[in-house]
Amino acid sequence: MTGPDQAYADFLAAGRLCLQRCRACARHVFFPRVLCPHCGHGELDWIDASGKGTVYATTVIRRRPELGLPYNLCLVDLEEGVRLTSRVEGPAPEAVRIGMAVKARIIEQDGAPLVVFDPA
Amino acid sequence: MSLKAKAWAVGVGLAGIGEAPGMSHLDLTALAVKQALDEAGLELGDVDGLFAANLQNVFAPLNVAEYLGIHPKVSEGTQIGGSSPVAHLMWAALALDAGLCDVALVCYGSNQRSAAGRLLSPSTGEPLIYETPYGPRYPISSYALAASRHMYEFGTTREQLAAVAVAARRWAELNPLAFMRDPLSIGDVLDSRMVCDPLTVRDCCLVTDGAGAVVLTRAERARDGAKPPIALLGIGQAHWHRQISQMPDLTVTAAGESGPRAFAMAGVGPRDIDVAELYDAFTINTILFLEDLGFCAKGEGGPFAASGAIAPGGSLPVNTNGGGLSCVHPGMYGIFTVIESIQQLRGEAGERQVKGAELAVSHGNGGHLSSQATAIWGTAAAV
Repeated sequence: MTGPDQAYADFLAAGRLCLQRCRACARHVFFPRVLCPHCGHGELDWIDASGKGTVYATTVIRRRPELGLPYNLCLVDLEEGVRLTSRVEGPAPEAVRIGMAVKARIIEQDGAPLVVFDPA
Repeated sequence: MSLKAKAWAVGVGLAGIGEAPGMSHLDLTALAVKQALDEAGLELGDVDGLFAANLQNVFAPLNVAEYLGIHPKVSEGTQIGGSSPVAHLMWAALALDAGLCDVALVCYGSNQRSAAGRLLSPSTGEPLIYETPYGPRYPISSYALAASRHMYEFGTTREQLAAVAVAARRWAELNPLAFMRDPLSIGDVLDSRMVCDPLTVRDCCLVTDGAGAVVLTRAERARDGAKPPIALLGIGQAHWHRQISQMPDLTVTAAGESGPRAFAMAGVGPRDIDVAELYDAFTINTILFLEDLGFCAKGEGGPFAASGAIAPGGSLPVNTNGGGLSCVHPGMYGIFTVIESIQQLRGEAGERQVKGAELAVSHGNGGHLSSQATAIWGTAAAV
């Protein structure tokens, strides 16, 4: 049996960013789970996300120089109404702004697929 | 059912505040417990209700009771982060009122500074799989994200955040137990090392050792101790999320529910409060809790702090021991919001004493702005 975490990871590995949508209340759900946190319904369908989003909050994580460069960490609201932890690539980490329109891209990191965002 | 004035604090203890090399977290806990029981005129053998969670023992009540040699009839160890000891007050009051126990002990200790020199956090042992691949630095990165959103929505500034740290330090200067007492300016905070934008190292709590304990009994027994008993007038809890990515609105915490519940039980409001101890793991916390507990309007926390209102001499004394920012922060700070409230209401806070204080609030925060617990305390005259 494939649980929701594995299903999400399998979609990502196939190049698809998928979200769950509740069959009862039609709201989208992230992170993946077996029941809808909005209404408690137990049937969730997988849909392909648009990948379009907006930066909701952002920070720059600083490190001692020998450990590497500062990097971005942000929360992105997808247009489907769910929020993901991620990072925006491209701009300098401190140039990532709240309200910035972004688009999802799937990369490989440490041998696993991962969703990052680019300015739209 | 109300728990108003069903539990009275009759003894408090502090141990190892700052640095206590060579001592384990249980050694420190036991020293704080001993002090609290001595104040209350009670013995270890009198304790029949134990309320304990820490960051080093999954089964904390078992470790603590074994160390102390006590045989509790009631054990409670819910671990919801730094707010846990405040939340435990709810269960202690309930157990006392129900007659399940007669002497309740709430205690916490950590040797975080001496043993590890860094945060021992369940977050590091429990991968949050949809966050950790992006390299969050728990817990500060979650609080930095909340600060970024507060600045975006309300125009809160880094200077206003810094004013929280400066106010805490000014209180710490009046507290001989506080770990950091050197003068601190807004400029010092702004110019210190940036850790997670917009938070510098001086926007962050200390990493110290320390332990605290509180002994509670029902009213009829509370008058037997040497110290003026302080009543738990109201208690409320709330939590909405575990991971910061799941927090519905990063500028609104569940203190907006725990606070009103506690105030309603106590039959008082924010305007009645003489002193507020608000869990300040980061400077943004104080601003959020001032707003969500109703001490100022949403979005006004920054200007409120910058006005000097929360510093010595201000209209609302906040974090009068110096807080987690300047007094003590051994992993989980909640118990210290409780102890400082009680000491203020007893009138024994020395140079930092808020004159005539009769009502105090202790507010605990846990996780990533996740769990919130609010306690309202009053003197016998205020009941």
